[in-house]
Amino acid sequence: MNPVFPHRQTAHCETGVIANLLTYHGLPLSEAMAFGIGGGLFFGYLPFIRINGLPLTTFRTAPGSIFNRVTKRLGIGVARSTFRDSDRAMAALDRYLAQGVPVGMQAGVYWLPYFPPALRFHFNAHNLVVYGKRGDDYLISDPVLGEPVVCAAADLARARFAQGALAPKGKMYCITSVPKQLDLAPAIRQGIREVCRYMLSVPFPLIGTRGIRYLANQVERWPAKLGDQRAILYLGNQIRMQEEIGTGGAGFRFIFAAFLQEAADILGDGQFLELSQRMTAIGDLWRDFAVAGARHCKGRAGQGEDFADLSHILRRCAAQEDALLRELSSLVRKP
Amino acid sequence: MQKNEVPQDEALFNGMREVCYAVDDSGRYVLAESAGWEPANIANIQAWEVIRSEVTAVLCKVRAGELSPLAYQMARHQMNAKLLSGYAGLFCWQVRRHLKPGPFRKLKAAQLTRYATIFKISAEELCRIPESSEIGDIQR
Repeated sequence: MNPVFPHRQTAHCETGVIANLLTYHGLPLSEAMAFGIGGGLFFGYLPFIRINGLPLTTFRTAPGSIFNRVTKRLGIGVARSTFRDSDRAMAALDRYLAQGVPVGMQAGVYWLPYFPPALRFHFNAHNLVVYGKRGDDYLISDPVLGEPVVCAAADLARARFAQGALAPKGKMYCITSVPKQLDLAPAIRQGIREVCRYMLSVPFPLIGTRGIRYLANQVERWPAKLGDQRAILYLGNQIRMQEEIGTGGAGFRFIFAAFLQEAADILGDGQFLELSQRMTAIGDLWRDFAVAGARHCKGRAGQGEDFADLSHILRRCAAQEDALLRELSSLVRKP
Repeated sequence: MQKNEVPQDEALFNGMREVCYAVDDSGRYVLAESAGWEPANIANIQAWEVIRSEVTAVLCKVRAGELSPLAYQMARHQMNAKLLSGYAGLFCWQVRRHLKPGPFRKLKAAQLTRYATIFKISAEELCRIPESSEIGDIQR
């Protein structure tokens, strides 16, 4: 008996798990749609949270929240559990697998042996689906990989009980009930409204488009405040947060643009198409920032490329996202 | 990003491909494979260089008798005392104490095995002071 799972490679792990799990349960949903309905787009610069001594920047909402919102908005039943004990966690997983139910779970990247070595940092908010067991090995559909993989039980147990920030504590979830038909239109509106709320009107200067501006001001001061060497480290870290950890800032902007494109078809409103194109341009702008920043890290910065120019790019990102989201917000408020 | 602009800068993925969203000729979004992207590679390599130099610095201290071999294993695995204490089921101050050569030497065999299991090595390997720092062989 070989269990089958509709594995699709996706750009982001959490939305990929949602899309693949729902597709397995007979509700084909794209990754971009899951990202948009879950209100995944976000920005937060959180210098008081340090990762290896460097400030945290996030381009997406808290891990797990996209999944929670998508399932709630689409009326999907979910069973979630966390564990204190690794043996119990693995036994519970085996029980689900024996019933033929694929299980989504949170895991630490560092202990997953199938991951490329160069990407194995202590990052705990990775998501994957376990869909079968062969002997002592588990069959895993990891949405950021091209093909399903096999992972030894001991390694998976380690990854499920990785320690540190955002420790997964064996967290696993599976879908228990699905509606007969997906009613996407209201869920899309809810998702967009939420993104607009978080990006535009959180009364805290480090969140949303205000947060991007705050980061821009900080970037400008880094060389004076930290010295050249630390400033380069901070910048490199910023680029990694943007482009590597969880698909990155530009990547999420592109996923959101893809979502707006799908939303235009479903809601039958061409204005979303135009906004989608503008969102693509914003994603490209974020990539420009990474390109210019990386040249700095390499010590290859040309003329007109000091930290002030980098922060200038960020300010343009902030301004354009601000304008776009305000339009989007008025668009979904229409009855 | 246009589909034909999707970067293919192979460096870190070991032949793996990631997918990303890009616009095709007709303006629709499609998934496109990427082998990596130069700016992200640069930032990642920079992060590894920082880790590597930290490990080397710790190893020097271990060889000079300022730190215990546990500190070397901890650095190799990109951990700090807080993270390691989580894995070991100890208090942070206990782990910090074990980073000193004196208290480390007095550790019981059971405790050494406990640490060694975390790093997937034997207790003897844990106590050995290596000649040169290696972080490439962690990825087993």
